[in-house]
Amino acid sequence: MTPLLEIQDLTRCFGGIAAVNAVGFDVAEGELVSVIGPNGAGKTTLFNIVTGLETADEGSVRLAGRDITGLPAEKLAPLGIARTFQHGRVFGNLSVMENVLVGAHTRLEAVRPQWPLIGPVAEFALALLRPGHVVEEEQRLREDAREIISLFGERLMPRLDHPAFSLSYANRRRVEIARALAAKPRLLMMDEPTAGMNPTETLEMLEIIRALKGGSLTILLIEHKLELVMQLSDRVVVMDGGVKIAEDKPAAIAKNPKVIAAYLGHGAVGEGKSTTAEVAS
Amino acid sequence: MPSWIGPWFDYTINGIVVGNIYALLAVGLALIYGVSHLINFAHGSIYMVGAYIGWLSITRLGTPLPLTLLVIVIGCGLLGVLVERVALRPLRDAPRIAPLLSTIGVGLVLDQAVQLVFTPDPRGVPSQVSDWRLAIGGGTIGALDILIGAIGLASALLLYLFLRFTKLGWAVRATALDRDAAQQCGVDVNLVNSTVFAIAAALGGVSGLLVGMYYNNIDPNMGYHAGLKGIVAQMIGGMGNVPGAIAGSLILGLIESYGIAALGTSYRNLFAFVVMILILILKPNGIFARGRSLPPEPLTGTFIAPSAPVRLPWPVVSAAIAVAAALPLVVHNGYLLQTLGISWLYGVLAISLTLVAGTAGQISLGHAGLLAIGAYGSALLAMRSGLPVPVSVPLAGLITAGLGTLLLYPSFRLRGHYVTIATLGVGEIVTLVILNWDSLTQGPIGLSAIPPLSAFGAKAISGVWIYEIALVVLLLVAGLQHRLLTSHLGRTMRAMRDDDVAARSYGVVLDRYKALAFGMAGLSAGVAGGVLAHVYSYINHETFTSQVSLLALTMVILGGLGNIAGAVLGSVLLVGLPEVFRFAAEYRMLIYGLALLLLIRFRPQGLLGTQ
Repeated sequence: MTPLLEIQDLTRCFGGIAAVNAVGFDVAEGELVSVIGPNGAGKTTLFNIVTGLETADEGSVRLAGRDITGLPAEKLAPLGIARTFQHGRVFGNLSVMENVLVGAHTRLEAVRPQWPLIGPVAEFALALLRPGHVVEEEQRLREDAREIISLFGERLMPRLDHPAFSLSYANRRRVEIARALAAKPRLLMMDEPTAGMNPTETLEMLEIIRALKGGSLTILLIEHKLELVMQLSDRVVVMDGGVKIAEDKPAAIAKNPKVIAAYLGHGAVGEGKSTTAEVAS
Repeated sequence: MPSWIGPWFDYTINGIVVGNIYALLAVGLALIYGVSHLINFAHGSIYMVGAYIGWLSITRLGTPLPLTLLVIVIGCGLLGVLVERVALRPLRDAPRIAPLLSTIGVGLVLDQAVQLVFTPDPRGVPSQVSDWRLAIGGGTIGALDILIGAIGLASALLLYLFLRFTKLGWAVRATALDRDAAQQCGVDVNLVNSTVFAIAAALGGVSGLLVGMYYNNIDPNMGYHAGLKGIVAQMIGGMGNVPGAIAGSLILGLIESYGIAALGTSYRNLFAFVVMILILILKPNGIFARGRSLPPEPLTGTFIAPSAPVRLPWPVVSAAIAVAAALPLVVHNGYLLQTLGISWLYGVLAISLTLVAGTAGQISLGHAGLLAIGAYGSALLAMRSGLPVPVSVPLAGLITAGLGTLLLYPSFRLRGHYVTIATLGVGEIVTLVILNWDSLTQGPIGLSAIPPLSAFGAKAISGVWIYEIALVVLLLVAGLQHRLLTSHLGRTMRAMRDDDVAARSYGVVLDRYKALAFGMAGLSAGVAGGVLAHVYSYINHETFTSQVSLLALTMVILGGLGNIAGAVLGSVLLVGLPEVFRFAAEYRMLIYGLALLLLIRFRPQGLLGTQ
């Protein structure tokens, strides 16, 4: 079977420095793959290329066998890629509910006819006149959004109508994930979903991601909290200095000397008594 | 030697002289952009103030030229420091569009203050240079030409020496390269900013006097276009690039001079704005840069202050509408009702602008252009095609929606304050096309005897009718826009405004929603312009100036960006109430400028909150 996502030889240079250097790996349908690596390893650049916010200098990306290299973000979203951002990019002045509804933008069909040229005018007219099927679609998406938000329970449910700028950092991360889920993506890409969360909140997030994975969603994850990575991942890709230095099952990654060196510095190899434990903590 | 060389030689000299004058402006703008990434829209006003200081000094004190120049350098330098301190330093951490709007407010205040003190009448500046002219190869060069060239060269040289060989000059360059790093190395960034503003203002002031002597004419509004020319010259050479600014100025001066020679004086300003739009679209980093990627803008560059909008309950809204509709029962003065009707139409303009500037986050400074298209559209349809007014007005709205969106389409790819500059340019281009397209618009003569409004076949020329028709138009537009904002389009546009990258990542095609926002805004602004034309019965290219655009933006910010009720409140407070209380009309623009300055500084979310 073709993997859902195939990344081949991706390279992206910024002023002579290769932020991502000939990186390639696959993600199979229903799999959860984590990308780890020290700060500056090129993980986010890799994400940005795959999601069409940056263009690669070389290499290709395929989604379900289809070449999507160089497609801009707004064309990738309808193909089923949804992502969250490293530093959180909620729509500050939109309510929690509205944020999640924007996530479902690509699922608007009744009100967003894809006719050439007159499509926008028709969309405008439909938004103003709101015939039955348009109202019905909006209603359905709202119910759906509410259901997705309820995944986060009491964290978000009481705040449905609060503007996102008033939320805590952790809650903004949750809104982002809810927004991504509202797109009903084939591939969910999360850039450090637990950044800025305390241990309890991290544990909650771990359970939520585990549940998503159980629901057979394909997930590509960037994460610094290795405990979470080790528990959730089917496979782990390790990057350092723009290069992929390892790709393996979590257990094997924890023992990989290259990975340990990347995390602790080359001098640490062989000196530390329990390097593996340190990596995993 | 063929006889055509003489005039072309003169045009070339004229282009270089004018280019030198622009260069004195553009160099200052480039310095300011370099250290603070700010486009200073008050620069033209400082140039005008410089011309007035020089004029005062010569006529009242009888100073000789070197002393006059010194007085201007000191006076304008201090003014520059003051502007930086009062209007810009407090906004350092605000979104970048905030200080830009603040400089617009400063410019307006300076222009109006000078106009109040010295009256709008032009003044002659006694030339302090002998008027001999030297004949060269069929053309001539005058002493003043040489003086302007010499001052341009001397300023460039002094600036070079300052930046290259003084400690403060190093600090300026360090700050331009990396403000934070410079600060951490102990550079007093505030001092650098003050210095740069002082230098820029001094150069601008000198430029003002030279222009005054060159054309033997100064007036309080001379700064507006000159400032914009300086900005365009800077954009040609690349923002923040000082040598580029000089080159860009000479290029612009020559383009204008040759252009006028080929087409006529009334085209003078058109060249600059067309060049501005072309540069923004094709070479946003200037003609000397290699790439076409824009200089970095902060990722969320919109001017939307987070705030909870005041939600007006329906009974309050209904009561307000009832009171407004019943006002003619109490007020019987027809003239007053007509003026209040016009203020409702300004309300429509504000609602239109609040959609693009607030909801969609595209701060437009060319909105009067849409008003003008609607006005000319409806007037011409009624006059030339004999369409009844109730048909011509909505038709003009549709034309404005289409044409406006088409004109602004090239600016959709721009972000942040580049959108503001581009829309300003498009607005000016609309006015200039109206001025020059004689066969359609009757050029500077304007359109007179435009048929009055009519309803149900009867002419509506009384104040009551104008008032009620304007109110109905306002309510229709407000209702339409309210319905739009409560649909998926409202949240999609606001999402695009809050974070365009995230919006794209969820499949929002930015161009489509910007086009829809500008289309709707064009429709309502076009209708407002159409109705205005039939109320005024006479319009020309100066009916809808950039001051109208600025007033609209002030109304919108006052009410709260994106807030429909806020837009109406803004128009009532800034246009309606002053009219009712017969508030001294000559102070009005000054008050708008001050209002804009204070709002941006102290209440960017406006009275009713951003939405």
